[in-house]
Amino acid sequence: MTSRPELSASAPGEALAREKIKIEVRNLDFYYGKFHALKNVSLVIPERRITAFIGPSGCGKSTLLRTFNRMYALYPSQEAKGEIVVDGEDILASRQDLNRLRAKIGMVFQKPTPFPMSIYDNIAFGVRLYERLPTREMDERVEWALRKAALWDEVKDKLSQSGMSLSGGQQQRLCIARGIAVKPEVLLLDEPCSALDPISTARIEELISELKSDYTIVMVTHNMQQAARVSDYTAYMYLGEIIEFDVTDQIFITPKKKQTEDYITGRFG
Amino acid sequence: MNRFNLFMSLVATAFGLFWLAWILWTLFDAGLAAVRPEVFTQMTPPPGNSGGLLNAIVGSLIMAGGATLLGTPIGILAGVYLAEFGRRGWLAPTTRFINDILLSAPSIVIGLFVYEAYVFHVKHFSAIAGILALALIVIPVVIRTTENMLKLVPDSLREAAAALGAPQWKIIVMVTLRAARAGVLTGILLAVARISGETAPLLFTALNNQFWSVNLDAPMANLPVVIFQFAMSPYEDWQRLAWAGALLITLSVLALNIFARVIFRNRTASV
Repeated sequence: MTSRPELSASAPGEALAREKIKIEVRNLDFYYGKFHALKNVSLVIPERRITAFIGPSGCGKSTLLRTFNRMYALYPSQEAKGEIVVDGEDILASRQDLNRLRAKIGMVFQKPTPFPMSIYDNIAFGVRLYERLPTREMDERVEWALRKAALWDEVKDKLSQSGMSLSGGQQQRLCIARGIAVKPEVLLLDEPCSALDPISTARIEELISELKSDYTIVMVTHNMQQAARVSDYTAYMYLGEIIEFDVTDQIFITPKKKQTEDYITGRFG
Repeated sequence: MNRFNLFMSLVATAFGLFWLAWILWTLFDAGLAAVRPEVFTQMTPPPGNSGGLLNAIVGSLIMAGGATLLGTPIGILAGVYLAEFGRRGWLAPTTRFINDILLSAPSIVIGLFVYEAYVFHVKHFSAIAGILALALIVIPVVIRTTENMLKLVPDSLREAAAALGAPQWKIIVMVTLRAARAGVLTGILLAVARISGETAPLLFTALNNQFWSVNLDAPMANLPVVIFQFAMSPYEDWQRLAWAGALLITLSVLALNIFARVIFRNRTASV
């Protein structure tokens, strides 16, 4: 752990060179009060690909994810230093309009968080924030988002019921539908399946793979098989640093670092 | 040891329930006989004449309603401030501390304060002063419950709304207050229940009025003070009316409490 992984050492040169880069993280440090949670992290997130962060609990993968939409800014004691460039703009700069940023970079959380309103309004809430749509177009948008999230057939007859009346897996798909209804460019997924049963997990994984054609997706997962199944690129993190970042197959089949191999083969973590 | 604990707890519970049952029994025994139709149709009488409590009932409704209308918005807004914005700085902890004092302040002190600050200057008792005093009791209760209920709303819900790009005021109005609305409503109802039996603050502010009056700038009859005055009197018909009034207040407070519980349970279950 004496030498810090540099971007050039951990970045997968060839494959990435062909990608369009959506987010570029440069020398990011993150603090929870005095606790130094991310240490000099540098990383690129390719556009319209699925990038997964894996690593043991507390390694900083969720923390890193939450810097991309500056979710941490809700809490006064949390602070990020460095640069995160999205479409050529440093979002850590203070002039950044947080609400606009978050409308562009959507997020789905570990636990489903339906709002205390109807299924329809759960979807329409976010859309109404930035768009004025006539009723018919709004109806279409709600249906579109619910279809995308593979939930339409299950809820089309009860759109006026409370979003809280759905099952856990349905609620999570509702949250994904809510996230894509505002048509963001990037979708951040923070362990989106960890509270779900295997069947719901399979549906959501399927959904994530489908969404790849339209969105840049970054996901945090505890589940290595999930990362291997769904993602195109994988970053292995440990103690607030990126140990290895590469094409997913490389990471899982021929990891370059011993630490990564130990974690993936289950000898550690 | 276990049994001893259980036994002592049971004894303590039984002891408390015994007095409560006795109070209710006495109240119903004396009050039910006194509740006749005239109570709701006639004014408070001079001793020896027949009469009712109509002016006092209406007065109580007006003042409790006015105090709730005045105190609720202030209480909710302050509660929102404490729960949603009061995470940094010194103002929120200080406000919370002062509110706690206000919450447990004896109501007679509040009555005296309004007397000193308002009644003394306008030189007459009035329903407005009564409303002010009762509102001062409503505000801390509503602040407290609003803050507590908003703090029960998980941060993950706020984050989810923020993640869509919602500005903070929209998150509060559309999401967190909505999620907490059953609890906030319960707090308001409990505050109404609390003020509907308050005597001391009204004694110094609205005083009483033997006649029909809905003039807010004049003394106004109200159940607690009428009970106080009539129960202490030597006249039997007055004492009977006092019992009727006491029963009415108790029943309405009971109804409010049950109503609050039902709302809280149903809303939290369905939301």
